[in-house]
Amino acid sequence: MAYKTIIEDGIDILVAGAGLGGTGAAFESRYWGKDKKIVVAEKANIDRSGAVAQGLYAINCYMGTRFGENNPEDHVRYARIDLMGMVREDLLFDMARHVDSTVHQFEEWGLPLMRNPKTGAYQREGRWQIMIHGESYKPIVAEAAKKSADKVFNRVCLTHLLMDESKPNRVAGAVGFNVRTGNYHVFKSKAVIVAAGGASNIYKPRSVGEGAGRVWYAPWSSGSAYGLLIGAGAKMTQMENRIVLARFKDGYGPVGAYFLHLKTYTQNCNGEEYESNWWPQLQEMVGKEYLDPEASSLTHRPIPTCLRNHALINEVNAGRGPIHMITMEAFQDPHLEEIGWHNFLGMTVGQAVLWAATDVDPKNENPELTTSEPYVMGSHATGCGAWCSGPEDISPPEYFWGYNRMTTVEGLFGAGDAAGGTPHAFSSGSFTEGRLAAKAACKYIDDGKAEGIRISDEQIEQRRAEIYKPMEHYRVYRNEITAGSVNPNYINPRQGLDRLQKLMDEYCGGVTVSYMTNDKLLHIGLKKMKVLEEDLEKIAAENIHELLRAWELKHRHLTSEAVMQHTLFRKETRWPGYYYRGDAMKVDDQNWHVLTVSRRDPETGEYTMEKAPCYHLVEA
Amino acid sequence: MPTFVYMTRCDGCGQCVDICPSDIMHMDSVVRRAYNIEPNMCWECYSCVKACPHNAIDVRGYADFAPLGHSVRVQRDEEKGVIAWRIIFRNGEKDMTLLAPITTKPWGQAIPQLADESEPSQEMRDSQHLFNEPKYIRLDDGGLHTLESNGLKLKAGVYY
Ligand SMILES: Cc1cc2nc3c(=O)[nH]c(=O)nc-3n(C[C@H](O)[C@H](O)[C@H](O)COP(=O)(O)OP(=O)(O)OC[C@H]3O[C@@H](n4cnc5c(N)ncnc54)[C@H](O)[C@@H]3O)c2cc1C
Ligand code: SF4
Ligand code: SF4
Repeated sequence: MAYKTIIEDGIDILVAGAGLGGTGAAFESRYWGKDKKIVVAEKANIDRSGAVAQGLYAINCYMGTRFGENNPEDHVRYARIDLMGMVREDLLFDMARHVDSTVHQFEEWGLPLMRNPKTGAYQREGRWQIMIHGESYKPIVAEAAKKSADKVFNRVCLTHLLMDESKPNRVAGAVGFNVRTGNYHVFKSKAVIVAAGGASNIYKPRSVGEGAGRVWYAPWSSGSAYGLLIGAGAKMTQMENRIVLARFKDGYGPVGAYFLHLKTYTQNCNGEEYESNWWPQLQEMVGKEYLDPEASSLTHRPIPTCLRNHALINEVNAGRGPIHMITMEAFQDPHLEEIGWHNFLGMTVGQAVLWAATDVDPKNENPELTTSEPYVMGSHATGCGAWCSGPEDISPPEYFWGYNRMTTVEGLFGAGDAAGGTPHAFSSGSFTEGRLAAKAACKYIDDGKAEGIRISDEQIEQRRAEIYKPMEHYRVYRNEITAGSVNPNYINPRQGLDRLQKLMDEYCGGVTVSYMTNDKLLHIGLKKMKVLEEDLEKIAAENIHELLRAWELKHRHLTSEAVMQHTLFRKETRWPGYYYRGDAMKVDDQNWHVLTVSRRDPETGEYTMEKAPCYHLVEA
Repeated sequence: MPTFVYMTRCDGCGQCVDICPSDIMHMDSVVRRAYNIEPNMCWECYSCVKACPHNAIDVRGYADFAPLGHSVRVQRDEEKGVIAWRIIFRNGEKDMTLLAPITTKPWGQAIPQLADESEPSQEMRDSQHLFNEPKYIRLDDGGLHTLESNGLKLKAGVYY
């Protein structure tokens, strides 16, 4: 194969993935590192990539301390109760105290934020969300990143991180390939900020065939944030905390603005309110600490999102589906109707397409809701990701090893979906985390921590061979058969993805088993996962585009294995409605009020699991 | 599908190929027109639809649940800073046009060039502040929130 090797040397900060976290990192790096070489590698086009490619209709994380609305500790309390206690409060507080400055900058850059005409404050959708016209959200933040970076490499898919050979456990850059030219790209860098996004499509989606791309999190979210980190031996946390979303059926249209701003509500097939029927039984399982409907209605303390899912799932299983979103009342107001439609056009056009195609006009008909397949991500309402250091002025010793958002691999930082234990960051919080990581990465370099990095040509050559192996495999074996995609020596990336999704669905609590799993199932699942790993060595890519899919699949596989290992380790159902351990249904705070931490040995593939302390910085 | 390209409108300019986040808009080497090579990895994100200068790309809802006969079209105008949508229902009874702003400032001008900002002081570097902070947090003289300023104390909660 005649692909060129292109080496970019002398980089100070490599930003891996340029969604919301990566653009924040690139932007802020320039301020603290004026003299530094900042390079971005993005597998798509930075102008429209990542979860925000379509746009967003709300910024979901804004304190509004400027308007006297909330303080950072209020947000910590909220995220903590929503995740039933299991969060990194230091990281949350830190993100929350900076996030407003990010949002104020967005407005200055031209992002249209709606304002409340009476108060002059930003138009709230809920306590934490503000409304925007966000169709061009991504192009706007991309412009900020492009202005700051020395170079942006679009269409370069990173596959591995490079490791320093003069000092163990220190990062030294990354490698990947250009999905258009096929060229091999080597980035030698003193520090790397990974912001390559969470994982969709690791569980069998509800949609089938052509519709398989209609998932809630973008189909190009390949779990690379996790694949890159796990592959480099970084410790991960809360990987069992997958998210299941209640969404409009088939379109996956978000429901937040509908509930919060349009004041719509749900009913079962008989037109009844059903949620509260499930609380007494559920309270026995999770305890009053996490489910206290009376306290919730008095203090506006939210009922955790997963528990509301639990009610929906059980109501449907009891034969009283479908669950309807009652839109017919709100949509009689033409202003609210317009907002209802704009909400989708600005972020999930597919929902509008679906309603137009099926003649469902929410003004005259209440649309159906359902729960999605699970997703693995660390910036929405879940906290999967790397075990990262917190800021020096907040973090207890177990959470602090010098540089904010640095993983357990030296010089390797995480932001957005990549940073673990920091749910409810969303778009603005991910951008903010990128900024925080950038400042810390500059300090890391200025402190001389990245001196003397060495990368041998062998390491570079070995990775090269590994990257193109699927194409080589295809070349060698394709002529053994007449034609078609059935070959005894290989599977293609789609076939591999189908197998992964089925496996995760059936053994690790996907939608077809009502999100249920247990010790036995997980053990079988892990065994099958290892066999799949062997087959992934024999994956075949017919062209560069398939090579991209092959590497996305490998990252999804690493992510999935971590999810299974974490789910097995934690012998309880911590988040009913996200998943259940049939053999350990009760939330077991006595033994399990701890964070889970894993490490996969990059050489052997063996997992080590540990518990880490869960500190509460903020009173309830 | 879900996106497809009208043969007579596409001139092979490649803008959709350049923008698609899923890397699925490709050029057909025979007819030199773009097409969607992998419909089951398409999100209906409309990035390519908005980017096409000839309105050659359209979307047909996913075959597994969406009947034929509907249309959701879009025009995004960067110069005017607006985006216009037209939604026509399958039964033809609903035909809506919706307009929204995409930016309040001309592109390329409002975002600061950080290389031109003055060098941050050592004090700034040692602090917890990010660029333009603390001013940009409250837009007044208020400082950064800390545990101390907010009257919070580290509360150990380790239960093994
Ligand atoms: C439908 C939907 C609605 C949402 N609604 C809201 C909302 O209303 N408000 C809100 O604030 N948030 C919302 N969110 C959440 C928000 O979009 C995410 O929290 C945020 O974008 C995460 O940022 P990130 O940088 O971690 O990941 P992303 O923004 O997804 O960025 C990841 C980037 O990495 C790139 N990449 C991936 N793999 C590789 C690789 N191997 N090599 C190189 N590059 C790679 C990707 O192309 C992408 O650009 C929503 C998300 C979705 C999907
Ligand atoms: S709609 Fe989005 S994912 Fe589908 S082809 Fe166009 S740009 Fe690609
Ligand atoms: S952007 Fe439009 S005209 Fe250009 S190649 Fe794509 S479909 Fe054809």
